[in-house]
Amino acid sequence: MIGTGKIKQYANVLDKPLGKGKQEVPSLSLASLFVSLSAFAFLFSELVQYNQTQVDNISELETRLEDAGYAVGARVLELLCHRDKGNRRETRLLGILSFVHSTVWKVLFGKVADSLEKGTEHEDEYMISEKELLVNRFISIPKDMGTFHCGAFVAGIVKGVLENAGFPAVVTAHFVPVEGQQRPRTTILIKFAEEVVCLGVG
Amino acid sequence: MPPAAPRSGDAIFASVERVNAELFTLTYGAIVRQLLTDLEEVEEVNKQLDQMGYNIGIRLIDEFLAKSNVSRCVDFKETAEMIAKVGFKMFLGVTASVMNWDADGTCCSIVLEDNPLVDFVELPDTCQGLYYCNILSGVIRGALEMVAMKTEVTWIRDMLRGDDAYELQVKLLKQVPEEYPYKDDE
Repeated sequence: MIGTGKIKQYANVLDKPLGKGKQEVPSLSLASLFVSLSAFAFLFSELVQYNQTQVDNISELETRLEDAGYAVGARVLELLCHRDKGNRRETRLLGILSFVHSTVWKVLFGKVADSLEKGTEHEDEYMISEKELLVNRFISIPKDMGTFHCGAFVAGIVKGVLENAGFPAVVTAHFVPVEGQQRPRTTILIKFAEEVVCLGVG
Repeated sequence: MPPAAPRSGDAIFASVERVNAELFTLTYGAIVRQLLTDLEEVEEVNKQLDQMGYNIGIRLIDEFLAKSNVSRCVDFKETAEMIAKVGFKMFLGVTASVMNWDADGTCCSIVLEDNPLVDFVELPDTCQGLYYCNILSGVIRGALEMVAMKTEVTWIRDMLRGDDAYELQVKLLKQVPEEYPYKDDE
């Protein structure tokens, strides 16, 4: 049939090569690697709007976005472990944190996260900060929605990666005002479950 | 100043900011799964996806017109070519082709050569009635409605359902005459 020559069919989704991703070479067309930022922004906006119709308050909305992100995170972990890490995954706390901060961030958002810090007050807290989170780019929060943060989706992704790698944690997204900057930066706060910390760091 | 020349889909796609297609694919997957959980009925999910696409379409057309510099299409054939060659390219980075025109030029098929929505996807037995990519048909319908064309967009072939391509049928129902919200020279 005309025009269908290029399409290869696989009987099972698992037979498909994982391809793409890291081995980015200039000769490879941009097409299979990227979509336009607006396409993603439109889609994300629909995700938020749809979920707004399903909830009564802000915290439920954040939970639902987090759940959506979690599903993404779980899959990203699996994908990257197979493709980029030679079927291995990090088993140490700092290892998995830096995996999230560098590898996951780089793949999903095209850059390494701005910073990864250990909380000063609590042993079990870590923070990943980003000056301008991708999902927040075209989002402005109405005043009546208070502390709502679309980064809940990204927090969900982080949680999905960590939890499926065996490091259960509570992950939340917050705005942190920066002096001299109009837009606050985003901090993803990771609070590990007790059993993770008991294992000892590293 | 003469109007700027229309730009090709490739040129626009190369100049806009882009995000990783896998983030896009997985996010879309998360949306579909949420809908399946919330709405339970596959039919309802199809409808909701179409509605979401429509919402996107009515906003996306602005960006399309602003970035592509295309002027008014002379007929529906040109419109369809624009969607396939420029629209799909500038937003999703994929190329589509237009074929299967009917005799009076109001109905055609858009065939996707590549579809970033469906990587990693396989429909389970319980979701066989699902039009997984139904958001795309909504987008086209919404966008065309904003340029005064009422259309009906349906899936003809879907690889997730075992067909050999992704084929959307776009049928022009009617062209809405332009109405101005004001009267001249009153």
